[in-house]
Amino acid sequence: MEDAGFILGSYALVFGTVALYAWRVLRHARRLARQIPDGEKYWT
Amino acid sequence: MSPWRIARLVAAKDLRIERRSRVVTSQVLPFAGITMVIFAFALDANQRILEQVAPGLVWLATMFSLLVLVQRSFAVETADGALDAMRVAGVDARAIYLGKAIGLGVQLLVLEVLLLAAAVILYGETIRVEGLVLLVTTLISATCGLAAVGTLYGGLAAGFKGRETLLPLLTLPAVAPVLIGATRAVEAALGTAGAVVSDGWPWVGLLIVFAVAFGVGGSLAFGPLIDE
Amino acid sequence: MTTIDPHEPAADQPPTARGRPAAEPLLPAASTGTRATRVLGIATILAMAWLVAFGLGFSPADRDQRESVRILYVHVPTIWIAYLAFVVTAVSSALYLLGRQRSLGWDRLAGASAEIGVVFVAVTLAVGAMWGRLTWGVFWQWDARLTTTALLFVTYVGYLAVRRLGGSHQQRARRSAVLGLIAVVEIPLVHFSVKLWRSLHQQPTVFDTDGDVDMDGLMLFSLLVGVVAFSLLYVWLVMHRTRAMAMEDLLEDRGLDAALAARRAEAAPAGRDA
Repeated sequence: MEDAGFILGSYALVFGTVALYAWRVLRHARRLARQIPDGEKYWT
Repeated sequence: MSPWRIARLVAAKDLRIERRSRVVTSQVLPFAGITMVIFAFALDANQRILEQVAPGLVWLATMFSLLVLVQRSFAVETADGALDAMRVAGVDARAIYLGKAIGLGVQLLVLEVLLLAAAVILYGETIRVEGLVLLVTTLISATCGLAAVGTLYGGLAAGFKGRETLLPLLTLPAVAPVLIGATRAVEAALGTAGAVVSDGWPWVGLLIVFAVAFGVGGSLAFGPLIDE
Repeated sequence: MTTIDPHEPAADQPPTARGRPAAEPLLPAASTGTRATRVLGIATILAMAWLVAFGLGFSPADRDQRESVRILYVHVPTIWIAYLAFVVTAVSSALYLLGRQRSLGWDRLAGASAEIGVVFVAVTLAVGAMWGRLTWGVFWQWDARLTTTALLFVTYVGYLAVRRLGGSHQQRARRSAVLGLIAVVEIPLVHFSVKLWRSLHQQPTVFDTDGDVDMDGLMLFSLLVGVVAFSLLYVWLVMHRTRAMAMEDLLEDRGLDAALAARRAEAAPAGRDA
């Protein structure tokens, strides 16, 4: 594949950013969830 | 009292404060002036380039000064809770918005004329008679748009810590159409780089649409934004 | 509320009153996950794997853009998600303002969506620059779409900054809802002005493609896979983020309640003495 650097780089950038963001969202949510009883979480 | 009368009173009050305190004349105008000078430094005082980009630089200097003027305009209100007091007294938010915007617009208009004069003196720009009508229309319509946006976001940011940095972040993307439109229209009016006057009128149309959209949107949004 | 003592210092320990062992992070209670998000998450991962297989493997190179067309299979879905996110922000801002009971749920949906949108616009801009480097030979071009997207990015960064200004939840909600609707006025104006501006200039002549390509079946299918995969991802992210924001609000309220209770406890004996 020609220009593999840019193409693979763009895929890595997209999936890397998404994974990082998703991980941060989950970690943040976990930290908060530990401080709150189940009854007050509308999704439980 | 009719909203118009309130707006006129608020605007007159603002202008009176500015005339007496001399903050605008002793700080904002020199700031705008030095901006025009440092543009020349950045462009290596190349007369040919400066003449070509002068309309853009005039509007850029106007926008930077707009940020300062808006902050000043709402610092006057929030310093002693005047804005809240007016709201508690039942004054219509739309009237306050209109009044603040008119006061800001008048200051801006004066500033723009002076900046244009600076462009003539410093950058060798010439003002031609056939473009005068376009020039004046552009100045007025662009000023209305800038004042509408500035007052709206100034009111939003008023009374918060960190508002000094928030205001440019909100204002500059919003006024980008004014910068584009007004620059092209002034280029046409002054004949920069061979532009003809008729090229400018579509841009004035854009400026008017912008001013109306943000004027209406701002007067509707201002109340909910400042009510706490 | 009754199970937790507001003075309990253990912010990072799970309350024992719940009667659950502390070290089990995968319990539903310890996260924002539910069965729905888990199914969605797995579906997202599968769809992403599929996208990579089609985007980098099965789909052919384009006649004009050659291999660089592969970037579009992630580029188009990311900007689609960003637009979708901002539309959701605008709609839920409007629903918040229209709703009689001023439900904070709409506000949090707007905020979560805007945050995700900002992330995806940032990714889109970066990937778009890479695509532009390959296709046009430059990272950036002052065309209407790019310039509008850049301003869109800054506008919503501003929106997120306003959400963090402080005040009560309802104040934050009203402020940001109004701002979310102002953006709806602002973005078309920006786009129109930039478009008018660029249409009067000479287009770059070296590279005459604006990103629209005639796609054959497999290419179109790969793009579709991308859009589906990223849409699933968006829904998954929005669910988690909205739930986290609900907890943020809850904790803030509780902190306020605790402070008030502490102040009252201080004031009560003093009042008796006087």
